[in-house]
Amino acid sequence: MAEMPMIEIKAVSRFYGIYKALDSVTLDIAAGEFFSLLGPSGCGKTTLLRSIAGFDTPTSGDIRIDGQSAIGVPPNRRPTNMVFQNYAIFPHLNVAENVAYGLKRLKLDAQDERRRVGDALDQVRLSTLGKRGAHELSGGQRQRVALARALVMRPKVLLLDEPLSALDKKLREEMQVELRSLQKAVGITFVLVTHDQYEALAMSDRIAVMFGGRIAQVATPKEIYQRPLTRAVADFLGGMNFMKARITGETATDLSVETQRFGAVTLTKPPGFTCGTSEATIGIRPERLRVLWDDDTAPHAIEGHVVDRHYFGEITHLIVNVPGLDAPLSVSETNNFGADDIPVGAPIRLAYDPDALVALAD
Amino acid sequence: MSPPLTGAKFTGGRHGIRKSRWLPIYVTVYLGFLYLPILLLPIFSFNNAASTTFPLAGFTTKWYAALWGNGAMLDAARNSLFVGLCVAILSTGHAICAARAITRYRFRGQRAATGLIMAPLFLPEIIVAVSLLMIVLQIGIELSLATVILGQTVFCLPYAMSVLISGFEGFDRSLEEASMDLGETALGTFRRVTLPVVAPAIVSSLLVSFTISLDEFILAFFLSGTEPTLPVYIWGQLRFAAKLPSVLALGSLMLVLSILLITIAEFLRRRSQRRIQGRLANG
Ligand SMILES: Nc1ncnc2c1ncn2[C@@H]1O[C@H](COP(=O)(O)OP(=O)(O)OP(=O)(O)O)[C@@H](O)[C@H]1O
Ligand SMILES: [Mg+2]
Repeated sequence: MAEMPMIEIKAVSRFYGIYKALDSVTLDIAAGEFFSLLGPSGCGKTTLLRSIAGFDTPTSGDIRIDGQSAIGVPPNRRPTNMVFQNYAIFPHLNVAENVAYGLKRLKLDAQDERRRVGDALDQVRLSTLGKRGAHELSGGQRQRVALARALVMRPKVLLLDEPLSALDKKLREEMQVELRSLQKAVGITFVLVTHDQYEALAMSDRIAVMFGGRIAQVATPKEIYQRPLTRAVADFLGGMNFMKARITGETATDLSVETQRFGAVTLTKPPGFTCGTSEATIGIRPERLRVLWDDDTAPHAIEGHVVDRHYFGEITHLIVNVPGLDAPLSVSETNNFGADDIPVGAPIRLAYDPDALVALAD
Repeated sequence: MSPPLTGAKFTGGRHGIRKSRWLPIYVTVYLGFLYLPILLLPIFSFNNAASTTFPLAGFTTKWYAALWGNGAMLDAARNSLFVGLCVAILSTGHAICAARAITRYRFRGQRAATGLIMAPLFLPEIIVAVSLLMIVLQIGIELSLATVILGQTVFCLPYAMSVLISGFEGFDRSLEEASMDLGETALGTFRRVTLPVVAPAIVSSLLVSFTISLDEFILAFFLSGTEPTLPVYIWGQLRFAAKLPSVLALGSLMLVLSILLITIAEFLRRRSQRRIQGRLANG
């Protein structure tokens, strides 16, 4: 990031009594980026977002928005706008009045204001509902009103606290696509809080994964999914098969390990990896293990027995016991070739690509 | 729901029906007892006779007409109106602050504070009246409409509080945050969001306080000096049998006004609740 970040969060901590809701969080968010804060419930996502919005003041640390320190600046004087989790639509105003709410303070002339409200409603495809009362809207429509109401202010940063969690699955997936293309269209920095990994992966330019008030990893969706740094990140994003491996060699960037069944491999060393012991944790995603049928062959394969099977529609999860491994492997296989018919107890061969193995810090 | 439970409920229901054969009769008698005397008021107020006995002696509106010519009565009515307005504004004003604090913040002594504010609801009114009178006399304030207003404000506060608390409880804090987020100041937020959303509850509290003040007798009787409010005036008139029909006419008017105000208040309270609940149900 050559240019100045839109949001700089510097060593921000937030204590509630002695409880650390945020623990020295440092983070840069670039202008025009779609950035997601992802983590389990209670990890401090909302606290961080509210600190950026100005509804919460960090106990220590600095937050700079567009180059200006925001500490001590009240929410109404920050160039940020927020979409609240419950949308917070003003119940006494209709849709258009809700959207125009913030504009009233700008004292635009009537025509200008009408145009901006109209444009904002167009953007979220609500132009026909301007006269609707706030309590006559569906969940998805309320979400759009909240979005239009914030966007009409032309903020530098739009903050969204789990904006889709109140919607049903289908609508949620539609809105994910819509939000993403809306962000592309307006070019505003979006910071999205979510505890839904798929949502974060599908929408973001970059994701920060948080646990217990700390940032565990910041990376692009692809990188964070394929190259998780820690066991917790890997586990939170989609699940992973973990195993112990013996360290046989180490350079500044790489780690050579010897595993029970996956042979000797050289892996990228995760930053912050401390080689205290002679053992490392490595992992492989369930979908990176492929079932070998009949006389299929592969350069790298392992053998085992199916001990359990879970059907998920388009895929099946197979639990495979491999002799010599501490824990059974979880395999996810598409049902195109009949993975849903493999009987429990059947012998099975699994192909893998050594590149799919990752070394993980604890 | 498991079958045994449904069965138990069913027999319970049948049991209830058998028992309730006397219930309609009881309810009829009860309601008759409650409302017939009140009904007599307007009936006799249109009766063309000075005595309140059956049979009725024909229809007249002269008692109502006589009210207009009655200067003392009009004075009392003006006093009541003035006191009612002051009490409504004062008690609602105070109750807004208290109800907002109670519904919005957690603070030490919250329960105690709530209890103390609501207590006059359960204290015998005559005790409150006597103690207020003692204090007023002790301090040496002259009895006047002002002292009535003071006393009735204390008395109305819990009623205003219960109306407002129910109105404020559904109020979502994030509405105010959303307003601040959209650039509005704290004061502007209160004016543009908080007030309008809770306005029905406030109006309803004003109406309830006003109605209570309008009908309130004991405090007014103890604390008013030479200027009577309507109930005190009526009480004074009851000594003169000839004035009774006029009092009945006046009473009928007050009755209608009270019912009207309370109905509007209840309507507003329900509407504000529906509005808030509709939002919750949708969100
Ligand atoms: N006002 C408060 N007082 C005390 N503790 C608080 C307060 N607000 C939040 N916390 C604590 O701080 C932690 C982080 O809260 P936060 O709301 O940021 O979590 P979150 O990541 O948004 O979780 P969720 O996904 O459930 O919304 C939680 O453990 C919470 O209990
Ligand atoms: Mg949260």
